Amino acid sequence: MLEDLPVLSLITFIPLAGALLLALFAWLGKDEGREQLEKNAPRAALVISVAVFILSLVMVLDFDSAQAGFQFMEDTPWLGGGIEYRVGVDGISVLFVLLTTFLTPFCILASMTSVKKRMLEYMIAFLVLETLMIGVFVSLDLILFYLFFEAVLIPMFIIIGVWGGKNRVYASYKFFLYTLLGSVLMLAAILWIYFYSGQQLGAPTTDMRVLIEDLSIPAGVQTWLWLAFFASFAVKMPMWPVHTWLPDAHVEAPTAGSVILAGILLKLGGYGFLRFSIPLFPEASLNLAPIIFWMSVIAIIYTSLVAYRQNDMKKLIAYSSVAHMGFVTMGIFTFNLQGIQGGIFQMLSHGIISGALFFCVGVIYDRMHTREISFYGGLVSKMPVYAAFFLLFTMANVGLPGTSGFVGEILTMVGAYQVSPWIAFGAALGMILSAVYALYLYRAVVFGEVVNEKLNDILDVTKTEVFILGTLAFFTILLGVYPSLITDVTAASVEKLIADFNTAQIAAGVN
Amino acid sequence: MQALSTFLPELFLAVSASLLLGFGLSKTNDRSVLVRYISVGVLVVFASMGFLLDRPAGTSFSGLLLNNDFSDFLKCVIGLSAAGALLLTQHYFQSERLDRYEFSVLTLYAVLGMSIMASANNLLAMYIGIEMQSLALYIMAAFNRDSLRASEAGLKYFVLGALSSGLLLYGASLVYGFTGSLDFETIRASIAVSGPTTGVIAGMVFLLCGLAFKISAAPFHMWTPDVYEGSPTPVTGFFAAAPKLAAMAIIARLITVPFGDIIGQWQQVIVVLAVLSMVVGALGAIVQTNIKRLMAYSSIANMGYALVPLAAASVAGVQGMLVFMTIYVITVIGVFATILQMRLRNGMVEQISDLSGLSKTNPGMAISFTILMFSLIGIPPLLGFFGKLYAFLPAFEAGLAWLAIVALVASVIGAFYYLRLVKVMWFDEPTREFVRAPRTVRVITIVSVLLIFPLLIIPGIAGGMLGFAESAAQALFAQ
Repeated sequence: MLEDLPVLSLITFIPLAGALLLALFAWLGKDEGREQLEKNAPRAALVISVAVFILSLVMVLDFDSAQAGFQFMEDTPWLGGGIEYRVGVDGISVLFVLLTTFLTPFCILASMTSVKKRMLEYMIAFLVLETLMIGVFVSLDLILFYLFFEAVLIPMFIIIGVWGGKNRVYASYKFFLYTLLGSVLMLAAILWIYFYSGQQLGAPTTDMRVLIEDLSIPAGVQTWLWLAFFASFAVKMPMWPVHTWLPDAHVEAPTAGSVILAGILLKLGGYGFLRFSIPLFPEASLNLAPIIFWMSVIAIIYTSLVAYRQNDMKKLIAYSSVAHMGFVTMGIFTFNLQGIQGGIFQMLSHGIISGALFFCVGVIYDRMHTREISFYGGLVSKMPVYAAFFLLFTMANVGLPGTSGFVGEILTMVGAYQVSPWIAFGAALGMILSAVYALYLYRAVVFGEVVNEKLNDILDVTKTEVFILGTLAFFTILLGVYPSLITDVTAASVEKLIADFNTAQIAAGVN
Repeated sequence: MQALSTFLPELFLAVSASLLLGFGLSKTNDRSVLVRYISVGVLVVFASMGFLLDRPAGTSFSGLLLNNDFSDFLKCVIGLSAAGALLLTQHYFQSERLDRYEFSVLTLYAVLGMSIMASANNLLAMYIGIEMQSLALYIMAAFNRDSLRASEAGLKYFVLGALSSGLLLYGASLVYGFTGSLDFETIRASIAVSGPTTGVIAGMVFLLCGLAFKISAAPFHMWTPDVYEGSPTPVTGFFAAAPKLAAMAIIARLITVPFGDIIGQWQQVIVVLAVLSMVVGALGAIVQTNIKRLMAYSSIANMGYALVPLAAASVAGVQGMLVFMTIYVITVIGVFATILQMRLRNGMVEQISDLSGLSKTNPGMAISFTILMFSLIGIPPLLGFFGKLYAFLPAFEAGLAWLAIVALVASVIGAFYYLRLVKVMWFDEPTREFVRAPRTVRVITIVSVLLIFPLLIIPGIAGGMLGFAESAAQALFAQ
């Protein structure tokens, strides 16, 4: 049944259609109906995002994980000249689509109580954002990919700038200009590839499948193109030393914005490395991998140390995200099965865990309106249920066995050890440091005596919050004890990626 | 007879303009509204004539003018954008008590000049077209003759315009002296025989400099901010759109037809103009507080982007320029329609800070302005992105990748000041409320935003749009 439907287009564009519908209601509606609309907008957005989630779940269940190629392909003429509307998913991208549709309803649910102003616009921005993020993961055309990848900036700029905290304007500018500078360089590289494909293949194209199969770019140029893509993905990821926009953006974004930022937007970079950098520029990827390794190790150790010195909970978690993304880049550029599988697993699991941690911060921020660590203390006696959830996610962040965080980190380390024990050693040091800052945060906020009098009347988690945190906790543990849920789906595509990569290396060696 | 049919759109425009002038003169009571609506109708008919008549390419007046797909495409865009700009003047002039029928007639004459520029096939015809356009524009700039600022703008525009005309004429005479002809194709043939002599090159550089004044490319941009600021707002909107396109077209024709064989000679001139304009435009706009001055620097930068594909000297390059300029014209009319909505009870305002908190007081206007700004930055899926895509692509094919990269980096710097407008509208607290704008202005804003938003995204439409620009570009090279 699903074969007849343009299911990926539906998943991608239903949120956008919902957003347009909401905007239309707002435009046509009278001023008296405005209040009603503000009240109902989150419900409508929730219904839409849950429907999209169910649809994508059906799609994933229908997905044949034994196949390495792209499935649910759609190929429609668009701009012409080889630039067409092409979407499809393989084992690597399908789970990112699911992660996006899975996290969005929770974000909307969490925003219902925490967002105080301009609910309607907020929901419209979020639905548009969902469309764009799914679009990034399903596009198989370079220009289409760039379109979605770049368009994400608009709703994020507005979300941070309108609903953010005190320093929101600075943070939104930094976010926008950093990422824009990275991505215009990628655009330059995309244009060069388009032009070069016309020379080498006879007709210019931006079809990823054709480019991966047939295009061979000279090694010298590969390095430049790789660096241009790297500029964009490294900023999005974010890798040290271009990570400085992330803490600012995180701190100022509303809770749900932080969840989306950490849960999905940070994955665009890692996904980009897997989908574009490695298959298109195999030689450059291999040559430049050592740089990536050392940047990853520095990121893991340095940002873990920085995280420990933070007095803002969100900043601490933001720096820890940079450290965890270091594991991802390290894993991806090992070019072996464990490393890449670990990288993907780490991204998905970090999406859930960091999302959950930001929800946890949001819970107490909504009550006390401060994120200062020194303000809190002794929450365990006032909010026992909350303390339990927070403990679980803190441990998962550290990478405790039994949680999903462990699987991702151990896989990437196994992969890295095969390349260089020193890299693995550096990363392992980072794991210890992550325990230091995570336990510091937990001890300072949850344990001890209640010193601050304002905390005396703080209430424990509500039913909605239990639902959100409980579901995320369930998946954290489920993936921790049964990781093949993910690795089975990705295996075939990752094996093909590695096989193609090795073939390219051999071919380069022959030349 | 064939020559006449080639010239028919211009003839129609000239006759209509003269009749409307007589009509306005003959009545003692005020006819400005009626004349305006008729003029808009005339412009729309003029714009569509190229496609309706469907005549083959041909010359008129012994080869002075040449009409082909290239000039048809330009006349269509110029006519429509002039019609849009003219509609914008309605309410503004009425509330400023400036409404005179002469303005509409002047617009028609200016468009006639641009139309001659678009089909000029001879240096003299080119000069006549430019002068015809410019003389009308000088008056339009100073149309609010009681205002000191407007008179200053008109005078400044006139003096510098006269200087650029002098450069043009001097260049034309040099080219004539060294090739023995004013006709584009004969010049080309003559250069093919004699090679690029110093005289021809000097003449060509003078011609390009004169035209750089008209498109306000740096370093010939100095007049732009003052004229943009001083002229009445809807007039500025008109200046920013159609005349730029017409001057760009004549540059494209000069470098592909008469100087088409000496690419190496003019390419460096175009590249220098492009780089300087992009840099000056991007950096100069950062410190502006007046939104019209900001748009002036923005147009300098955008002219730089439009020169990038021309430097590639290919069909794709001219196509890229046409696509970019068309999209720019659509956007800029929308922007000025929005600026015209910035009216308080006691008059127009034009400071950026006056927009603060617009998203709360007037969400519709804020959303449309935001879309226009993001389109100017070049963020997909808005049309501005596709403009830049097709503008920068040809540079890669011509081996000018570095130029495209400079353009891309300049557009990131440019993003900063467009973002500032978005920031003021969305993140700041409202200070005061604008009065409700008249319907025509709002409709034009909405049309412009709708054109920017989904048009090139929909499969099918996209290919057709690009096809027009491509056949226009091919016609130029087939010449």
